[in-house]
Amino acid sequence: MNPDALAIFWPFGIFISMLFIIGLYCVLATFNLVRALIGLELLIKAVTLLLVVAGYISNNLALAQALVITLIVIEVVVMAVAMGIVLGIHSHNSSLDLRKLKNLKG
Amino acid sequence: MLINIIILICLILSGLWTVMTRSLLRAALGLALTSIILTIIMFRLGSPLAAVFELSVCSGLISVLFISTISLTEPMSQQETLKHMRQRLVRFWYLPFVIVAAGIALSFLKMPLDFKLSVTETMQTVRFILWDVRQLDLIGQVIILLSGVFGVVILFREGEKR
Repeated sequence: MNPDALAIFWPFGIFISMLFIIGLYCVLATFNLVRALIGLELLIKAVTLLLVVAGYISNNLALAQALVITLIVIEVVVMAVAMGIVLGIHSHNSSLDLRKLKNLKG
Repeated sequence: MLINIIILICLILSGLWTVMTRSLLRAALGLALTSIILTIIMFRLGSPLAAVFELSVCSGLISVLFISTISLTEPMSQQETLKHMRQRLVRFWYLPFVIVAAGIALSFLKMPLDFKLSVTETMQTVRFILWDVRQLDLIGQVIILLSGVFGVVILFREGEKR
């Protein structure tokens, strides 16, 4: 990476890492299923921003935008299915607590 | 660059608020706010198509999905609902005045409204990459979309059966 690109990248890189760490903390620390999905969303947002910044630095914004659009479409599908699963778990267990999901425990 | 850093700080603060707030509904709203700030950064980095997708899908559709899931899993009791309905008009009595005042203030500001996007060439390139360059992964994306639709349909059907 040339110095100019690095000078543009490092502030974005720091904030992207921070956002990723926040999302990871949310996924790991919570016992609520909806909150875990919110953490997953934050992780995906950090990756989205990384893709856009990479495209901006390498002057390849069109490819980055195409990738981001694909990412967003897949993100929506994942979220819709995950919400359906969360609703199913809630109707089955009357709770969203991850610690109570022990039905398949051997 | 300073503006970018300020917007990035706002992004981190809204992400922190999303994670740290106790109410799930506020967390969903914080996520929508994070999406909106990310959209601003994308516009500033010259990615308008991705930004529009992010704004409409992530801060619109996914927020609606989250809020509907939260409302379906944490229903309010009857007393809470009645109390909420009684307080609704009282809490927002000032909203029409705020909207009218904001409209009058904006009309006095004389903002430049001749927005012209200077990125039509980039957008055409994005369209070219999206529809002409990609071949195999487009099939994969369609399969993922179909699996998502079928998954949601099957889940809702099972919910109705129960």
